[in-house]
Parts: sequence; structure tokens; C-alpha cells
Amino acid sequence: MGKALNTFTNGLLRENPTIVLVLGMCPTLATTTSAINGMSMGLATTFVLLCSNVVISALRNLIPDKVHIPAYIVVIASFVTILQLVMQAYLPGLYASLGLFIPLIVVNCIVLGRAEAFAAKNGVGLSALDGLGMGFGFTISLTILGIVREFLGTGKIFDLAIMPEECGMLVFVLAPGAFIALALLMALVNSLKK
Amino acid sequence: MENLIVSPAPHAHSNDSVRKNMLNVIIALLPAYVLSIVAFGWGALIVSATSIAACVLFEYLIAKYLLKQQPTIGDLSAVLTGLLLAFNLPSNLPIWIVIIGALVAIGVGKMSFGGLGNNPFNPALVGRVFLLISFPAQMTTWPKPLGFAGKYLNAETGATPLAAMKEALKAGDASKLAEIDVWSTFTGWLEYGSMGELSVILLLIGGIYLLCTKTITWHIPVSILASVFVFAGLLYWCGYQGAAAPWVHLCTGGVMLGAIFMATDYVTSPMTPLGQIIYGIGIGLIVVVIRTWGSYPEGMSFAILIMNAVVPLLNIYCRPKRFGETKKA
Repeated sequence: MGKALNTFTNGLLRENPTIVLVLGMCPTLATTTSAINGMSMGLATTFVLLCSNVVISALRNLIPDKVHIPAYIVVIASFVTILQLVMQAYLPGLYASLGLFIPLIVVNCIVLGRAEAFAAKNGVGLSALDGLGMGFGFTISLTILGIVREFLGTGKIFDLAIMPEECGMLVFVLAPGAFIALALLMALVNSLKK
Repeated sequence: MENLIVSPAPHAHSNDSVRKNMLNVIIALLPAYVLSIVAFGWGALIVSATSIAACVLFEYLIAKYLLKQQPTIGDLSAVLTGLLLAFNLPSNLPIWIVIIGALVAIGVGKMSFGGLGNNPFNPALVGRVFLLISFPAQMTTWPKPLGFAGKYLNAETGATPLAAMKEALKAGDASKLAEIDVWSTFTGWLEYGSMGELSVILLLIGGIYLLCTKTITWHIPVSILASVFVFAGLLYWCGYQGAAAPWVHLCTGGVMLGAIFMATDYVTSPMTPLGQIIYGIGIGLIVVVIRTWGSYPEGMSFAILIMNAVVPLLNIYCRPKRFGETKKA
């Protein structure tokens, strides 16, 4: 039980994929222009992580070593395609705003990294917990980053106006602001960990 | 015998210090500062006082409580950063935006890298560019120079000569270019613009003072000004549609301020003369490119920041040969 709990909480803070491992930077920087976008991206990645971890863990003794990366990619890509089609059908607005970054989950290093580092060596149950933990860790950091950038950039949080719009610093909605906000967030976490 | 100090070489000191150099640069900026106060009145005083006070305060607070170092505000570098930041701002900018600019300049531009001597980018320019991207409307409306009769907020505003030039380039209409009065941009009298870009002649006087006191060497300013002249001249004399004359380029915008006071920052410029000349040519080229083809009317701050990023490379490739060193066959 302790090991299961440990596996789950591992991804939340101790090995948080965004802030500690610094993986998956492309969606982290690109999709956190608003809190809702960051959170949706995190949840979408969590779904793919959970499913791919479970399937790869179940198939880990069947996949030949020589072709394990292509095999993982096929599994991951199938779930991303499912996700993409479902989002396109039921959440067209969100699908339009996340755009290219949904299919790009296929090459997200967190997903492939967890398949390689965890699911290929552990049982189905533990792998599912690892996928969930990592996914939630990713979701939390993306949501926080999205909140910070949306608040500083437009004065809103989840589209609720907090400050007058003209107080927003436009740079935080743009790419340089993503880097600055992420760096400040990492600095904060590092100083808290000390 | 007790007051004899045993120390390694060098034993001869020139009595030079960070504080002394910073003070020289501040003195060199004073003529242009006085003109900006005469031209913009209370606005210029409020913006510059806010900027300097906020920069010093943020440096003190960050050094003391975040980095837990002995604060070094006595070396005047934060005062200089604040003054240069104010020089880059319109004098009708609201106080809270100036404070954000100072926080970014000192916090992100300087202290996050470890303070003076470690920052790869010019802190004042980091603050300025941050504000320019964040508040494009407030950062590109320039108050009319009415002296103390002008209002601080809700001032009468207008376009800088460079903004007029950009309009002319977009329209492909050379008649607007002819309206730019080079003499008024040279003396800085009755011109729209940021606090420090008014007068070429007063900035040049400051530059000559810096050269005479050996605070800076000629390499960076001269190579920037010469390359702006050459590249702008190439476009002008080849008859590029809407290109302004090279002397217009030299007398408008931040070229003088940047070349003499911003690009020559010790920390963010190359160490060897050759490196400094390459750095200056790069800045001049990028300025002309941004002014001619970019979407912003002025590119001096972007040009200096881009070349700041190249400085570590220049320092490696332009390393002087050690005495007696030969190339390996």
C-alpha cells in the first residue's frame, strides 16, 4: 500500500514532470496562455498517460526489445487519436484553441518517458497509479502556470475579471512571458524545497 | 609595521571603482536630463524620480531578503539603471507602470542572474522592452514638449519622427520623410520622444565627457554610429523606396543614447576591442534592419539586447593571443 501511495505522489511534487524533471516544455510553454487552456491540456495528457501506461505495462512481456519504441509510439498515438476525435466531437471550442498541441501529445516526452522508465518495468496497477500521479502533477503545474499568466497578462482568472483589463501585462500572454513565468515558478518551488 | 599589508600582485592601484565609473556616466547623462525636464516638466521629474527610487529600493530588498547578500546600492549602479530606464520611457507614463518596469529591470534583468557583473542583458533595456511589449499603447504615445505647462497624465500627445518615418515606409510615400527636420532632432528642441532621445548634441557632449574621463573607449559608440551610417546610407543612395537619409537615422530615436550609454555597459559588452567593434557593427546593422523592415518604428533596444546575447561568444572568439603563443601546425 505504501508503495502504491508513493508511486502516485511521486509525480505530484517530488518528480513533478514540469517543474522538477523539466519535461514536456513545448505544451507547457505554448498552451498555458490561460488557466482553462493549461488545465485542459494537463487533463488531456493525463488521459493519454494513464491509458498508455496501462496498455504498455500489460504488453511489456510481449513487445520485442528491438522495436519497443515504435511499439510504444503506436500505443500512445492510438490513444491520442481517440482523444483528438472525442474532443473534436464534443468540445470543439477547446479543440480549436489547443489546436496542434493535441496531436503533439504523441511526442510529449513525459508520456514516452513514463512508458520507458516505469510502465515497461512495473505491473499494471502501479503503472496506472504512476500515470495518474504524473498526469495530475503535469495538470497542476500547467494550471498554476496558466493562472499566473492569465492573471498577469489579462487581469482574469478562469475568465473571471479580477483586475481591470488594461492593467494586464501583455507580455505574459506571449512567448517571452511563458519563459519568465515558468522560471519564476521553478525558482519559487526550488526555494520552498530547501 | 602593523599597517603594512601583505598581498599578491598587482600592487599599484588606480583608485578606480565601480562607484566612480557609475558616477561619471550619471554626470554625462545630466545635460540631456536637464533638457528633458525643461521639455517635459513635471512628467519627466515624476517618471525619473519614481524609476530611480524604485530601482534602488528593489535592488536593496532583493539583495537583502532574497539573495541574503550585503546590498550594494552604494555603488550607484541601480541609480544609473533607474535613470537610463527613465530615459527610455515617455514622460507621461503612469507611475505604476514605471514601478513594474523597475521591478523587471532590477529583479529579472539583474538580480535573478546574481547582481551586478553577472547579468548578460542590460537591465534598463530589459525593463524597457518588457514594458514596450506589455503596454504597447502607453509606451508609444509621446507627450508634447510643453515644459512645466504640460500635464503629466492626459497630456497632449504626438508621434516621434521615427514613427512618422515608419508610416512613410508603409505608405511608400517619401513626402513624409522630407518633413523630418534634422536640425530639430539634432538639438532636441520641441521634439516628441522618450526623455533621453531628445537631443543628439547633449548626448554627444556626455559621450565626449565619458571618453575624456576614460570611462568608455571609442570602439563601441563609433562602430555603432558608423555602421548605422553605412547601412542606412547603402539603402538611401541605392534608392530604396522610402528609406531615410543616414543622418536622419543617426539623429532620431535611441541611436545616440544607445550607442553612447546603453551598449557600452561594462557587464554586457565584449572585453576586447575587436569584439567591441563586431558587437557595434552588429547593433548598427540590426537597428537599420528593424527600422526599415520591422514592425516597430525603433529597434535600438532590441538590437542591443540581441547583441548582448552574442557577447559571451565574441569574448571567446576575440580572445587575444597570449605572449609567445603560436598556432599549432
